[in-house]
Amino acid sequence: MANRIERKSRLGEDLLIFWGRCSKILYQYVVVAVFLLGAIGVAVAALAANWLVRPKRPVAGAKGETYECGLETQGPTWVRFKVSYFLYALIFLLFDVETVFLYPWAVKFQVMGWFAFAEMIVFIGILVLGLWYAWKEGALEWK
Amino acid sequence: MEGGASVAIFWLLAALTVGAAVAVVMLPNIVHSALYLVLTFIGVAGIYILLEAEFLAAVQVLIYAGGVAVLLIFGVMLTRRGHIRQSNPFNSYHVAAGVVSLALFILVVLALGRSPWHAFPGPWPEDTVGAVAEAFLGPYVLPFEVAAVLLLVGIVGAILLAREEKGEK
Repeated sequence: MANRIERKSRLGEDLLIFWGRCSKILYQYVVVAVFLLGAIGVAVAALAANWLVRPKRPVAGAKGETYECGLETQGPTWVRFKVSYFLYALIFLLFDVETVFLYPWAVKFQVMGWFAFAEMIVFIGILVLGLWYAWKEGALEWK
Repeated sequence: MEGGASVAIFWLLAALTVGAAVAVVMLPNIVHSALYLVLTFIGVAGIYILLEAEFLAAVQVLIYAGGVAVLLIFGVMLTRRGHIRQSNPFNSYHVAAGVVSLALFILVVLALGRSPWHAFPGPWPEDTVGAVAEAFLGPYVLPFEVAAVLLLVGIVGAILLAREEKGEK
């Protein structure tokens, strides 16, 4: 019983610490929040201004039709794509993961010295081999 | 006030994450579901930032909101299906999904209630990314380079699987 009460109070303490940390971090992200609000505000303001200024006539005739390059669409627009396009997604994903490894190195690059630099050159070199292979096999050509 | 603001932001992020997750399972169009899944991932990244795990947040955005979302969209693009408006056929199983989710929720709450909570010993690390970099480029340099080889194998495998035969055109 006593054990359980202690456990609960510990959880409470942890939550208090958690909220404390959160508020400290908040100050650093106020700039991010301002940017975010600014971005959303610009989009909303543009839409609202359009809505205010535009003439409010009902859509009539062919105005509401979907068209492509000035022509009416033919057949279903949701078609199955060729599997070879998946290659671009996979190669993007692999270099995306590479970025995850590059990020901590880039942060610490200036203090880590030449050894870290050489290590990262080896790392990138191994991946450039993959890029070279993709190039050689024509995987980068958009067909 | 500060505590209140962070609590408000936490609840905002939690509502965003859960709301987007509900939209993922409820919407009939699977492309919309995939886009709401991206919103869920971004909400989770926001909670990581609240926890001061910035590196984890960056990885969450890069891998989940970037990579996994692209894979999902491509997966939808490449599969044959009926009409797009009924492309998420599993969201009609309300009762079964509710029962399973409730059971999982009870299980998680029980596990949380039973696990001993320990406060983190000492101060939290200030510079999480730097510590990761020092670990990668110091004692764990071999696994780091092996990860590069793993990625290389992934690239070569992807090309072998997905490319067209040479003569075929």
